[in-house]
Amino acid sequence: EKMAEVDELSKPMFAGLSDVSISGDIPVEGEINVPVGTPSHDDEYSTLDEPVKDTILRDLKAVGKKFVHVMYPKKSSTLLRDWDLWGPLLLCVTLALMLQGGSVDSKEDGGPQFAEVFVIIWFGSVIITLNSKLLGGTISFFQSLCVLGYCIMPLTVAMIVCRLVLLGGSGTVSFIVRLIVVTASFSWSTFASTAFLADSQPSNRKALVVYPVFLFYFVIGWMILTFSPSA
Amino acid sequence: TMASPDDLKFQEFEEATDLLLADPGASTLSMSGSSSTAPAGATGDIKLDMSDDEGQEESSELLRGEKQTSGFWTFEYYQSFFNVDTMQVLDRVKRSLVPLPGRNFIKHTLQSSPDLYGPFWICVTLVFSLAISGNLSTFLNSLGSPDYHYRPQFHRVTIAAVVIFLYAWLVPLGVWGFLTWRQREERQQSGYSFLETVCVYGYSLFIYIPTSVLWILPFEWLRWLLILVAMVISGSVLVLTFWPVVRDDTQVTAFATVATIVVLHALLSIGCKMYFFQTATRTPVPTLAPNHTAPQLTNKTH
Repeated sequence: EKMAEVDELSKPMFAGLSDVSISGDIPVEGEINVPVGTPSHDDEYSTLDEPVKDTILRDLKAVGKKFVHVMYPKKSSTLLRDWDLWGPLLLCVTLALMLQGGSVDSKEDGGPQFAEVFVIIWFGSVIITLNSKLLGGTISFFQSLCVLGYCIMPLTVAMIVCRLVLLGGSGTVSFIVRLIVVTASFSWSTFASTAFLADSQPSNRKALVVYPVFLFYFVIGWMILTFSPSA
Repeated sequence: TMASPDDLKFQEFEEATDLLLADPGASTLSMSGSSSTAPAGATGDIKLDMSDDEGQEESSELLRGEKQTSGFWTFEYYQSFFNVDTMQVLDRVKRSLVPLPGRNFIKHTLQSSPDLYGPFWICVTLVFSLAISGNLSTFLNSLGSPDYHYRPQFHRVTIAAVVIFLYAWLVPLGVWGFLTWRQREERQQSGYSFLETVCVYGYSLFIYIPTSVLWILPFEWLRWLLILVAMVISGSVLVLTFWPVVRDDTQVTAFATVATIVVLHALLSIGCKMYFFQTATRTPVPTLAPNHTAPQLTNKTH
């Protein structure tokens, strides 16, 4: 949609070129390559002036679109091109909050604390990104963080489902249901993220990049599965 | 990155000709950062090796093998440690599982291209497999008692991580330091670079991953059998690798070195088994509670 905006803006610019003064009274005429920078220069003007609600809504829409992309992973490059870290942050905080309040008879034997979950997710994502770059991947650092973070979404959904199931009791049946849900969502996460990440690797190293991602979501899945509420 | 590439090119050409004069039959290794032939390890050894025709790319990359002038602050420096393909990693893992006498892991398998991918991810996997399997085994042990409430015991991950990573980095550092010091004293053939030592230790730990998973099965005899098998395999990889380097030394030193390596390895496996896979006594509930709240003190006695 940004490309559409550019197209739109460029039409009136070409039409009334002499009306546009870039600096002072110097009319711009003749052969001009309108650089991509110029339209977005006007863009920045307008986004500075727009109401805050519009800015927030636009960012939220971008985040929402990415969530949809994770649900139906196709090899689109939107996720990669316009990376943002709001989604991952939101998911990470949600997951860490929900994993809290595990059985804490003794602080030691309990589940992961908020900080531990946070560290595992972010530190793990950074390590996987570094690993993929060191192996010669072409994806950029933040793009990779973005993809890995967004693909935690199925696991967050699984966590919500697990907590609901646990409300109904924590017997064997509930465990089996949770096991199925977590396994399905962890496979979905791995599949979704490799759909985006594997393309950026030379083919003889794809498995070397996919394995850490698998391990990462497996560990998160394990944390979700072993969550047990206080007695 | 270099001040005057021409000067450096001239320098290394001199060195190369000196070496060739000394041994005309040797083939030279020329490295380039972006190709897939692996550069040598990170210390000062020049490895003369068979290599494909890389052209006359005697660029500053050759110096990386000599003097690390490509700088440890550049990304390319670290990329050289990850110059492996999937098949290579799988091959190295397989060779670490089947140590054959005469098959020196470093000389035969690594062949002057040690990598950090294997050791690092094997250690990470081992950390999680130890913590998760240990947790599962504790859970299965206590399944009979009605009072048992499952605990994720997440702190075990931290402990496992500290232990495994310290072992995988400090012990190779010690071994390499000791061997290099001896080699310098006794003027022997070149030993192994630090990276190669880390690499062989890392790959030798691989056998513990399936072992730790199998340790979930609650049979004490099986667990000790598994430890024995794992230690024999893993230890032989290490012994077969380090014996050729120390055997030219005095008998005492040689045996002491190898014995230390084996003992440290044994301590690691037994320690891991004892801490993460405590055998709970199948007695009624009251004895279980202290086990859970003070794991460090009571369970080491098992």
